[in-house]
Amino acid sequence: MSADVVTRSSEPVLAACGVTQTYRLNRARLFEKRPVLTALDKVDFDVRPGEAVGLVGESGSGKSTLTRLLIGIEAPVSGVVTFEGEDVGRMTADRRHRFRRSVQMVLQDPRSSLDPRMRVGTALMEPLRSLRIEGDHRARVRTVLGQVGLDEQALEKYPHQFSGGQLQRIAIARALMPEPRVLVADEPVSALDVSIQAQVLNLLRDLVDELGLSLILIAHDLSVVAYTTSRVSVMASGRIVETGRPADLFSRPGAEATRNLVDAVLTVRDGIAGTALA
Amino acid sequence: MSAVPAVQVRDLHVRAGGLTAVRGVSFTIPAGGRMGLVGESGSGKTLTALSLMGLLPVGLRAQGEILHDGVDVTKLSDAQLSRRRGRTLSMVFQDPLSALNPVRRVGHQIASVIRRHKGVGSNEAGQQALSLVQQMRLPRPERIMHAYPHELSGGQRQRVMIAMALACYPQLIIADEPTTALDVTVQKQVLRLLNEAVSERGCGLLMITHDLPIVAAMCETVAVMYAGRIVEMGPVSEVFTAPRHPYTRGLLDSQPTMDNIAIDGSSRLPSIPGMVPPLDGLPAGCAFHPRCPRADDRCRREAPMLDGGGRRAACWHPLEGTLTGTNAA
Repeated sequence: MSADVVTRSSEPVLAACGVTQTYRLNRARLFEKRPVLTALDKVDFDVRPGEAVGLVGESGSGKSTLTRLLIGIEAPVSGVVTFEGEDVGRMTADRRHRFRRSVQMVLQDPRSSLDPRMRVGTALMEPLRSLRIEGDHRARVRTVLGQVGLDEQALEKYPHQFSGGQLQRIAIARALMPEPRVLVADEPVSALDVSIQAQVLNLLRDLVDELGLSLILIAHDLSVVAYTTSRVSVMASGRIVETGRPADLFSRPGAEATRNLVDAVLTVRDGIAGTALA
Repeated sequence: MSAVPAVQVRDLHVRAGGLTAVRGVSFTIPAGGRMGLVGESGSGKTLTALSLMGLLPVGLRAQGEILHDGVDVTKLSDAQLSRRRGRTLSMVFQDPLSALNPVRRVGHQIASVIRRHKGVGSNEAGQQALSLVQQMRLPRPERIMHAYPHELSGGQRQRVMIAMALACYPQLIIADEPTTALDVTVQKQVLRLLNEAVSERGCGLLMITHDLPIVAAMCETVAVMYAGRIVEMGPVSEVFTAPRHPYTRGLLDSQPTMDNIAIDGSSRLPSIPGMVPPLDGLPAGCAFHPRCPRADDRCRREAPMLDGGGRRAACWHPLEGTLTGTNAA
């Protein structure tokens, strides 16, 4: 699918509609009822084909819970998650298979998401094996390596032979292997060195532009999300409190949670001016 | 306050087996001065800090001179070092949960630092600990004193760490990525607190971080480390507005800021190509040359040393002029 065929007004490829998720906590006293934590409270969220959206919020705001629902490893207590318009919880085995290969995830720390004993080539082909996807796996590996800017020598090496930035490219490559429609990236640069963060953010943007991928970028740093996405939702206490274009959120934050995030951004310029901590 | 510098480091090397992780680092932090030590992972910034504290991991050796409070820290025995740590020299670590004792109440831990170094009784130490916790603007200080570290939030724990580090009015506080593990919204509060506490006491501060905006907010001078060496140093206001080393320039350019988003959502973030070289594969000449747009034959052959003056850079082809981009003033 090429990016120019896709329009913003098309149907969402992945969406959460009024999802609520609760967890039962451990009881504080022996004969008490177990308290219930509402991690998500009637949240609506979607991403359209070829669109990059951001999800920001403090820890505990519900970002990770929403992510788990969107990739289908948890089911909501109420509301539905839909993929290509269909309820993920009521899919036939065939459709469920398509959903699983189409929504792929990139995690924060590539070192802990890659098996240290597995060569990179094997690790890259693993998703195809486990999803039982037919075809020329080696050819697919070569295509994907090119897309993330790594050369084929990488295939024979082990994860410890790479730097953090290269490993994150490998993790992105692995997510791309089953030709997903949606990439969910949870804090993909916060464990990386400053000089590498920009490379990985640029790569994610290129993938959205060139492959027509949809990207959901989860981060705590508003400027990282704003650089990579065209629409950002701010979460607080299990709700989405504000959604908008990044530039608008920065210049006119409406919700208190957004203001807090905007205020928290430190810049070199404010620092030199002596106003950063004012 | 005396005019003796908080710390003076001369030609520091840290070696591990056949590898050298810190390769000749020198800097001075004047009494009450604040310096940022910036670098990526593997640049040697944390090993430099640990050398100052005498806390290098087993198998690593510091060579060179670290003058602090009239002694060379590298020559001290473990017992002598241990009498200094927390008194004239203290450190705030990145992860307070692993730096605090999980089975001791927070109040007890702060008080024990005070008892150890000030020789006061336990009642008096407890009082001083409570007043420190109050100064850290922690909610319900009496409760915090009785809490265990796991019962506190990340930001509260880091404030407890700062309270412990400040307890004995040290001449130098080393803060190693003190806010990296915290939520962004808490980061600023903790920095503000550290800033005030350091100012009030007139302590020197060595801020170790990869985060340039934090250095700009907290420090007067900055030293940029790359592959075990300082490649540029000088006043923050000059280094960050008119960087001379291409690496410093690259770091400044690759920061996503609100401005470059607002101006053009489709622009690419400038990035430094390549990656940090591993210690066992440092390139010949200038260690940055494979990633440097200005590198030529000389850079590939000879390693540049820091030049003289107030704005020092280790580069054969230093940049001139001021940043016109959106990242600097």
